[in-house]
Amino acid sequence: MKHAFAVILMLTALPLSAVQPDEVLDDPVLEQRARELSKGLRCLVCQNESIDESEAPLARDLRLLVRDRLVVGDSDDEAIAFIVDRYGEYVLLRPTVTGSNWLLWAAGPLMLFLAGGVGFGYLRTRQSADEPDVIALSDTEKNRLAELLKDE
Amino acid sequence: MIIELGHFALILAFLIAIVQAVVPLIGAHKHWYGWMAVAEPAAKMQFLFTAFAFAALTYAFVTSDFSLRLVWLNSHSAKPMLYKISGVWGNHEGSMLLWVLILTLFGASAAWFGENLPPTLRARVLAIQSAVAVAFFAFILFTSNPFLRLAVPPFDGQDLNPLLQDPGLAFHPPFLYLGYVGLSMAFSFAVAALLEGRVDAAWARWVRPWTLAAWVFLTIGIGLGSWWAYYELGWGGFWFWDPVENASFMPWLLAAALLHSAIVVEKRESLKSWTILLAILAFGFSLIGTFIVRSGLLTSVHAFANDPERGVFILMILAFFTGGALILFAMRASVMEAKGVFSVVSRESALVSNNILLAVSCFVVFVGTLWPMFSEMFFDRKLSVGPPFFNMAFTPFMIVLGLILPIGSTLAWKRGKIGQAAYQMRYVFGLALALALLVWVMQTGRSLMGPIGLFLGAWMVLGAALDLWMRAQRKWNRLLRLPRADWGKSVAHGGLGVTMFGIAGLLAWQVEDIRVAKIDEPFTVGQFELELKGVDRVEGPNYLSTMGNVVLRRDGVELAVLNPEKRNYPVAKMPTTEAAIDYRFLRDVYVVIGDPQQGGGWTLRTYIKPLANWIWAGTLLMALGGFLSLSDRRFRVAAGARRRRQAQVPAE
Repeated sequence: MKHAFAVILMLTALPLSAVQPDEVLDDPVLEQRARELSKGLRCLVCQNESIDESEAPLARDLRLLVRDRLVVGDSDDEAIAFIVDRYGEYVLLRPTVTGSNWLLWAAGPLMLFLAGGVGFGYLRTRQSADEPDVIALSDTEKNRLAELLKDE
Repeated sequence: MIIELGHFALILAFLIAIVQAVVPLIGAHKHWYGWMAVAEPAAKMQFLFTAFAFAALTYAFVTSDFSLRLVWLNSHSAKPMLYKISGVWGNHEGSMLLWVLILTLFGASAAWFGENLPPTLRARVLAIQSAVAVAFFAFILFTSNPFLRLAVPPFDGQDLNPLLQDPGLAFHPPFLYLGYVGLSMAFSFAVAALLEGRVDAAWARWVRPWTLAAWVFLTIGIGLGSWWAYYELGWGGFWFWDPVENASFMPWLLAAALLHSAIVVEKRESLKSWTILLAILAFGFSLIGTFIVRSGLLTSVHAFANDPERGVFILMILAFFTGGALILFAMRASVMEAKGVFSVVSRESALVSNNILLAVSCFVVFVGTLWPMFSEMFFDRKLSVGPPFFNMAFTPFMIVLGLILPIGSTLAWKRGKIGQAAYQMRYVFGLALALALLVWVMQTGRSLMGPIGLFLGAWMVLGAALDLWMRAQRKWNRLLRLPRADWGKSVAHGGLGVTMFGIAGLLAWQVEDIRVAKIDEPFTVGQFELELKGVDRVEGPNYLSTMGNVVLRRDGVELAVLNPEKRNYPVAKMPTTEAAIDYRFLRDVYVVIGDPQQGGGWTLRTYIKPLANWIWAGTLLMALGGFLSLSDRRFRVAAGARRRRQAQVPAE
């Protein structure tokens, strides 16, 4: 269900089909660039779908807009900037590495650094630790544990 | 009548749960055995009453009793029987009832199979489990009651969402819930151990099978959901990094980490407090997942306002249990002293690395999923975090995990030699590298993803096989006599490799073709020739279908006739696409039909998807590995020992 709920929301927009044959540019190089750019742009009325996958009419408009910009001669960055100017950074599926977003991008590496440090520190203590006296178990518990473990 | 009985049974189960959450806990604290003994019969009764309530709701769906509001909203008399039954959990209220049914099932299983747990631990585990149940019973009865009647019953229902009318999705939720809720056992054991103030090898041995079972079910559930997305959504994606998918993926990652750290507790009496923390967090993420899905907080910030009562209720449950357990953890974690001594190069260390990688990758998914909300709340920036972010930020962890897995899983306990372990793997490494190079030379001008993924996949599969072979001391006859846990380990690790293989193949070498196909005019895609023979209108039980008839050929030989469909469900007023797929071992050919075009012809989309099946074959192997490990005799030994002891007790 978890999955489905999102999908329902995604698809409540009018279904046509994703990229239509009449949208495809004649120049395969430009078309390929347009497809790559489309994968990074969000369909604004859908739930977490790129305009490349989306079936909503608005996504089609955006796809055509991207292609228009490329045909006019925009570079990839210029085309993206053109769209971000009009629709805001909400349209980017890959958040930019600016301002507070540093935190998002750095979260993984920072956490890895931290966890790695703590983990390594722990391993060092285990290496130098003395084998403690194992008297924590009572006799009955020892027997029971032995019974459980004897089939190793 | 049956409905009212079901409703009543649910209320009774709620009351029993309250008693079970309080009495045994006091009994365990005061060492009053009579009070502790309340737990088991209560757990069993609680399950039976909930099962009756669930059966009553199912009965209402099967008989299409439209006087029940839930049935009217989610069913239709013309719907096939399978979907009448799956409709029970195809909605919020019914799925919550399934959730709590599984919760009580796990509680009852602990009462049935936990007879050789120490009495205080058992009482505490069952009490905690029941406390979680109390919260969810209250949630169902007060905010999401499935048993509400309509004063004037309508003639027919509004039908189930057509996307859910699919066999893959019919069984997706039960498995997913078995996984989510199964983690509640690990949680209950962790909190009980904190209350007891001790964690030892025996504790880890009791916790592991529950965690393993939960992980296996979660694996199957996620696999089913992803397979369904692949064939149903119409463009053959299998994973979208959607918040709702992430909600199920995060507990999976943590459960995988928990499985491995519990091994260290069991064998070496170390990593105890970390394992407890993981158990709490794993179930915490299950609750977060439930919260994300039910509150609508992340599907859209505004959907939260549609249902504030439910969202706030789950948030309170989440805060109470996770927060409470973490406070308890902070107070008691220091009493858990590590015992094992081991070197920095050892199996223990390898498992610590596994845990770090899995936990940090889970953290990345968590931050990415919640970032749009944080960003809007604290920085006033409305932005999106989509698949490009997750692919970049998450994949490196999996690549590193895949690289160290075969070596780490063969390192010796206590004190290993990394050179020796690596040397043993030299042929496997060479073979995997040769495969990757071969593929790299054959493909021209495509991304490096393919060769890298293929290398990792081969490295892990061959490494797992070699691990097994070395365990059997390179003798065939010993191979079959190895403990099933060894087989389970290798099969599950190999399964992960197979999945990586599939993902790399699909992402790197997919071929896509979009065109207007005219009737009887063949066209070629890759090495295949396709021809649209005709398009028919077909009537299904509760839908109308536009069905294409496409012949698939290769070198002039007909391979298959594919029937892609577009369905329209008139009652639910929703269309769906049904892709037609020619499944083969090394590739799928995937055809979707679109709209008719002016000037004749139909939009037709064709994809060649290399190694697509391997993704789910790997998932199944991982689940199979889990089952093999679960069936290992050391987990059954406890039951055998119990029988022997009972036999020895003289009649009194």
